[in-house]
Amino acid sequence: MKPSLAVIFLTLFSGSGFGLVALLALDNDFRIGGGFAPIMTAILMGCGLVLVTIGMISSTAHLANPKNAWRAFTRWRSSWLSREGVFAMVFYPFAIADAGWVFFTDDTHGALALLLSNAAAVLGLATIFSQGMIYACLRTIRQWHTPLVPANFYALGFAVGAAILAAARIVTGGPDRALASMAVGLLLIAAVLKAIYYFWIGKPSGTTIQTATGFNRGTVRLLDQGHTFGTFLTREFSNCLNRTRARRLRIAVFMVGFAGPVALLAADLQHSIGLWAITAPVLALLGVGIERFLFFAEAQHVVNLYHGRMPASLPKMPEFMRRKAPSAVPLVAHYDKG
Amino acid sequence: MRLGLVIDLDTCVGCHACATSCKEWNTSSITAPLTDYDPYGKEPSGVWFNRIRHYEVGTYPNNKTINFPMSCMHCENAECVTVCPTGASYKRPEDGIVLVDQDKCMGCNYCSWACPYGARELDRESGTMKKCTLCVDRLYDEALPVEERKPACVLACPAHARMFGDLDDPQSAVSRAVRDRGGYALMPELNYNPTNHYLPPRTRAPVPTHDLGRPSLARKVKEWVNRVIER
Repeated sequence: MKPSLAVIFLTLFSGSGFGLVALLALDNDFRIGGGFAPIMTAILMGCGLVLVTIGMISSTAHLANPKNAWRAFTRWRSSWLSREGVFAMVFYPFAIADAGWVFFTDDTHGALALLLSNAAAVLGLATIFSQGMIYACLRTIRQWHTPLVPANFYALGFAVGAAILAAARIVTGGPDRALASMAVGLLLIAAVLKAIYYFWIGKPSGTTIQTATGFNRGTVRLLDQGHTFGTFLTREFSNCLNRTRARRLRIAVFMVGFAGPVALLAADLQHSIGLWAITAPVLALLGVGIERFLFFAEAQHVVNLYHGRMPASLPKMPEFMRRKAPSAVPLVAHYDKG
Repeated sequence: MRLGLVIDLDTCVGCHACATSCKEWNTSSITAPLTDYDPYGKEPSGVWFNRIRHYEVGTYPNNKTINFPMSCMHCENAECVTVCPTGASYKRPEDGIVLVDQDKCMGCNYCSWACPYGARELDRESGTMKKCTLCVDRLYDEALPVEERKPACVLACPAHARMFGDLDDPQSAVSRAVRDRGGYALMPELNYNPTNHYLPPRTRAPVPTHDLGRPSLARKVKEWVNRVIER
């Protein structure tokens, strides 16, 4: 798939924003690390709103005909993309009301404050799920058609959100042990889930150029794709990373997105790192940004089979696992027309 | 009713007449125009509803060239319709034709991601998704003679490799052809349940080549000269 910046920013920033809002509500519910002061709660809620808004605005850049964007709220009964939009829009009034209420009444633990913040949290989490399902429901792209996708979206949203909360606490001073530990834990969970995903997407799918053309008993090779220059299909779907570059980017995801922030926050548990704490969420966001680029660049749509293209960038599964794979048909029939 | 095409891979000669006649009709039809980008330049490209690819099946000497036209399959389980957030994509209940309402489409490309057959192409000029309409504006046009109330590609095909009809009716010509010739749908494992079907090539006795005589010396020299002299 073509990695489009608009969609990368949408999922990256809004996912992080929703993760931040959910953890902020949780933190004030259970007073983890003493909970946040009203002014900090309002600022962090505002921060979450800014992140979500950056995501939502950048998503409109992906539309070729944005004047009809309002119609995207109408098909929530069948479309995950529509559900995402609806949940995100319902999220706004609760999040804004909570930030305003907390700011003007200095009350973070009253019934109304908790109700508003938790409602915003739940709606944000529903939006992350819808966002994951936009990709996970597509049977045409096997790297996306897995429950690991929404699971990863949650894990990464929580990890970045927790890093922001921990950094905010460290910078403003106060009991930071609980929040920093929570962020470290969530970053590690996200890293493990992402590793499982990378391990899993090398699995061969049952769809090959043979099932695509119906000639199941022999080799099928593309002679001519029938057009002299690229088409919408080749521009949108033919993007391929070479394997070395993909591996390097994966290492970057783990170093920048997970190891870096974890090391910083762990260092803070020893003695305070002060303003340097801000680099933890920034690194996490950068790492997840690279992760999101890979998420699109490594996805291979089955229509590529008709163009004789098969994923060259995809890592192969380890041999011992591949033997158990359901498909006996070789994954790559022919790959000679790049 | 479930209107669709049956494409005979035995007789298709790969001439692209279906694609050009499709373009001709549809560029001034209900989802018009089918924009071309840089049509006379170095990188000609544009919107087409029908694309023909060419494959080699099997390995020499037991190989065969297959010309493979593909357009919208008008799937029963059309996920391009269910994923559409705006309701622009819809499947007509009366005849199963999948269409895009150009006034509602916001150009998010999501339906093209959901389509395994590459049937949908975004028009960069109008910003909307376009696709095969099965020439719905011909099928019910009473101003046309009855025999012309068919998709343009079917009328244009010089090899009669394209058949059009109701695949819900077991007695229709298309249903009979699918039954008799072992017609199949593409990528059945994805469960989109496409309406369009493909008829595999007929099995024929191979042309004998073992009894060809050894080439004469004069012919060998001629072939060698042909190889050596660069034209």
